[in-house]
Amino acid sequence: MLSFIARRVLAAVGTLFLSSILVFLAVQALPGDVATQVLGRDATPDAVAALREKLKLDQPAWERYADWMGGALHGDFGLSLVSGKAVGGEVGLYLGNSALIALVTVLFAVTGSLLLGILAGLYRDRWPDHLISTVSLVGMSVPEFVVATVLVLCFSIALPLFPAVVLYGPEASIGQLLPAVWLPALALAVVMAAYIIRMARTSVIDVMASEYVTTARLKGLSTWRVVTRHALPSALLPTLHVIALNVAWLAGGIAVVENVFNYPGIGKLMLSSVQNRDLPVIQAIALISAVVYVACNLAADLGAMALNPKLRTRGRTR
Amino acid sequence: MSTLETPAPPPPSATPLAPPSATARAWRTLRSSRTATVGLVFVAVHVLIALLAPALISYDPLANNADQALLGPSGEHLAGTDQYGRDVLARVLYGGQYALGVSVAATLLTVALGTVAGCAVALRGGWFDDVLGRVLDAVLSVPSVLALLVIVTALGTGPWVIVLAIAVVSVPQVVRVVRGAALAVVPADYVTAARARGEGTWSILRREVLPNIIDVVCVEFAMRASWVVLLISSLSFLGFGADPPTPDWGLMVAENRTAITVVPMASLAPIIALATLVIGLNLAADGLSKAWGVDRIKEGA
Repeated sequence: MLSFIARRVLAAVGTLFLSSILVFLAVQALPGDVATQVLGRDATPDAVAALREKLKLDQPAWERYADWMGGALHGDFGLSLVSGKAVGGEVGLYLGNSALIALVTVLFAVTGSLLLGILAGLYRDRWPDHLISTVSLVGMSVPEFVVATVLVLCFSIALPLFPAVVLYGPEASIGQLLPAVWLPALALAVVMAAYIIRMARTSVIDVMASEYVTTARLKGLSTWRVVTRHALPSALLPTLHVIALNVAWLAGGIAVVENVFNYPGIGKLMLSSVQNRDLPVIQAIALISAVVYVACNLAADLGAMALNPKLRTRGRTR
Repeated sequence: MSTLETPAPPPPSATPLAPPSATARAWRTLRSSRTATVGLVFVAVHVLIALLAPALISYDPLANNADQALLGPSGEHLAGTDQYGRDVLARVLYGGQYALGVSVAATLLTVALGTVAGCAVALRGGWFDDVLGRVLDAVLSVPSVLALLVIVTALGTGPWVIVLAIAVVSVPQVVRVVRGAALAVVPADYVTAARARGEGTWSILRREVLPNIIDVVCVEFAMRASWVVLLISSLSFLGFGADPPTPDWGLMVAENRTAITVVPMASLAPIIALATLVIGLNLAADGLSKAWGVDRIKEGA
């Protein structure tokens, strides 16, 4: 089992290495000269030359990659081309704000969708199931910006409970940001929950049809006990995987939702750095997202292994 | 071993597991699954509207009219007008052209590339499978919205750039699904037989593997299409997709969101159009996968 874990960790590191190369190539090897790309067509030759110097564009690509990776491993992502500040600190600031949204989103999405998914599975083909399934179908069929817009219409304009836009910058304290976190998180959770609900429903239906649930029922266990002891754990397993798979999506969703609410998070930074062609920031965000994605997938795999003895033994024989 | 002594069996090249006629089966499925029917009708209506938009409404979706700006729904403008006085209904009806055109092209390219790569990986296996798997994982680990934004800023917002960019970020997921389906077919005897006959990879892929996973590919197409429509609309919403005067649903929501208290229909109409199209695609995917017994959850894992 240890060797299985080691192999998974090694594979994750390999994936990360590959994605760092991809990120670097995608950003640096864009068609045309990077310096001209950054400065625009009508930049003076002097400015272009200065930027080429600053970005060390005269070195071969692999040397620049090695430089960048070496720095990144120590948390040094270079300097932002726009603000001139250290990219690591700037990205970290925005990332922290986004983590607040992500945390609330995952909490909302997981608890809400497990509850609804189990309910739908228990009342299979009856009205609660139809209702929940229809709502989740609609939830996965509308983009985040639509959910966000509708939420603003309902809870900021019709019922002014939450702010429609955030007026604070990235240095805002948690207390200042907290009122603004709920609507973006809810918008993301609605879209994310739709997938988890379907997953949880299917696995609950499978479990409830299994022989050990019949045995448990024959033993006289209450429905509540059957659900908490059997349905819930089995619904958790596939859910873990969906969440992990959705992390990369979550980063994209956050980009959209944060721009709707003007929330000073990583998504807003992502969009503005793409608009300003702030290459070091783009690279840092892409790399950090890749690390988060790979780490979540690794955690989900190991978690699934811990919960499912079958996977453990398969890991040993492989 | 007794099979070796028996007279030569009929050549298995005619893909033994394939149904008698794909169209006949598709028709049966359509009639048997209400979900799929409803979904496909939704999509068909959207395609028809997009194609017939010029005949359905006489307003020009691009014509500004400052005197008529920000009007509510009326007999003249059924869904009102936006801040430039453009007819909202006309823009919604024409909006499908961009969304459907780009989405269909992007989905076709994605599914075609993904299917070929997925089958090839399943057939070859070994180091090829490992290496490609790692590379695809690496692509998946970068948020698709960020990758799209970077590609689009570098290459411009032309429709073909968006098609290409979408293909780059979504091919890995199709490869995963198709690979999973193809792996179930590859050990079959008729594939071994085809290999023994000395057929090339491409020929095995086309004649033995593809006919047996075509249902998975079709469901994946519908699923992927819904995802692509959402992605493209998000891109337009962020200002990186359709260029401003173009009637596009995502762009319309972005333009009219600030005036949502004055003319809610200008934001709601494109939202409804977008949602019904994606609901249709999702229903079609669900219905087809249920009718054909394709387990999306297992394939996706």
